[in-house]
Amino acid sequence: MAERERAATPPYGGVFSARSQVMDAEDLRRAVTRIAHEIVERNHGLDGVVLIGLQTGGVPLGRRLAESLSRIEGVEVPSGSIDVALYRDDIGLRPVIPEAVTDLPFDLTGLTVVLVDDVLFTGRTVRAALDALNAYGRPRAVQLAVMVDRGHRELPIRPDFVGKNLPTRHDEIVDVRDDGVDVGEKRPPR
Amino acid sequence: MGAEGIEEVMRVTDSFVEVSERAIPRVPALRGRTVVSLFYEESTRTRLSFEMAAKRLSADTMNFSVSTSSAKKGESLRDTCQTIEAMGVDALVVRHSSAGVPWQVASWVGCSVINAGDGWHEHPTQALLDCYTIRDRRGSLEGLRIAVVGDVKHSRVARSDVLAFTMLGAEVTIVAPPTLLPPSLAGWPVEVSSELDSVLPKADVVYLLRMQAERQSEALLPSLREYTARYGLTRHRVDMLPDDALIMHPGPINRGVEIAADVADLPRSLITRQVANGVAVRMAVLFLLLGSEPRA
Repeated sequence: MAERERAATPPYGGVFSARSQVMDAEDLRRAVTRIAHEIVERNHGLDGVVLIGLQTGGVPLGRRLAESLSRIEGVEVPSGSIDVALYRDDIGLRPVIPEAVTDLPFDLTGLTVVLVDDVLFTGRTVRAALDALNAYGRPRAVQLAVMVDRGHRELPIRPDFVGKNLPTRHDEIVDVRDDGVDVGEKRPPR
Repeated sequence: MGAEGIEEVMRVTDSFVEVSERAIPRVPALRGRTVVSLFYEESTRTRLSFEMAAKRLSADTMNFSVSTSSAKKGESLRDTCQTIEAMGVDALVVRHSSAGVPWQVASWVGCSVINAGDGWHEHPTQALLDCYTIRDRRGSLEGLRIAVVGDVKHSRVARSDVLAFTMLGAEVTIVAPPTLLPPSLAGWPVEVSSELDSVLPKADVVYLLRMQAERQSEALLPSLREYTARYGLTRHRVDMLPDDALIMHPGPINRGVEIAADVADLPRSLITRQVANGVAVRMAVLFLLLGSEPRA
């Protein structure tokens, strides 16, 4: 789930306030293009590759990656989105609520899935996503693409494709938008 | 629960409809939670629907039915509830023939209590699934004209539906013979009519209520045949409806009484759709109660 959503939407409380910009729109565009090239290189083309964005922050990023991939290779990459709320391991510990409906219009069996998210932090969202993918078939392989890896992993999970490695404090918030990436703090609701 | 609360349940229900459509319709969201259904009154769809909803969320379910329990030995409702709670239960799904029982039970126990129908009073999850079913077909209830037809007096479904439909902006007309209206309609934001034929041409939704033969203690109708003649939804009456009007019924249906046998099976009849959506709505209710808040 997006850092911004977790920080700013009503069930989670608090308001994000930006302190400094770490990527601008151009940086973001170049990172998306580079990741797209890396995906093609790693998989020797796009045969059997599908993109799945994690709700909600990974979905717009997944869409941009798909556009970039189709420019590079001239083929459409099947894309979907997945909401992992019902697979989280912190249900009952903090407020959890589905943010959007999962949209995976294909059987994943035998495909190479590239999971896309905006920020990689503890790794728990990705763990939930790996669990959720099982409900849709058995992929040949799962790879992970993120725009920002901010460290502080709590599980043995690592990304395959990274836009930017960004050392952060545990209590900071990283906000990825279409036009840039900000780091800041969460303020409690008024 | 206001209009906002209903919208929230419906938004979350979208996710659970998607879960229900999967090849393996099960998520681990409520692993380790226990849901007990406590039914002091018979039921097919509501009890099974709650049970299926709980199972699809990976919760454990237990069933209590009066005929095989210590209630037969005279154990009181309060003692029964507290005994079940002491076993470590997270939610009680309660149906009872007396109004207010779920509310009373909630004051005795610390776990969540869900009203699955209390007497003539309310049936909230039915209203939620009805709202969801209409929204699913029409996008919204705002401005829709909904005719609620039949035994309103004995119907908890009618009470909950009227509340929910009007809260979401629908215009509700109650159609019933005067003997089957509640003693007072003061405070109900509805129109009342006893002429079904004049209401049908303007209705977006016809919501038929079940003729509740088991609650008819006095002679309120000359005969069922006479009721069908004036208020039954026959093929002829369906033709009076606008082309896109929907037909709904909470079930169980009395074919040939409030609805003609072939009308129940028309494409515009959403009766089985209501049942399917019922599972998803109850998943949403269970998850919102047990999963979306930190455990106390």
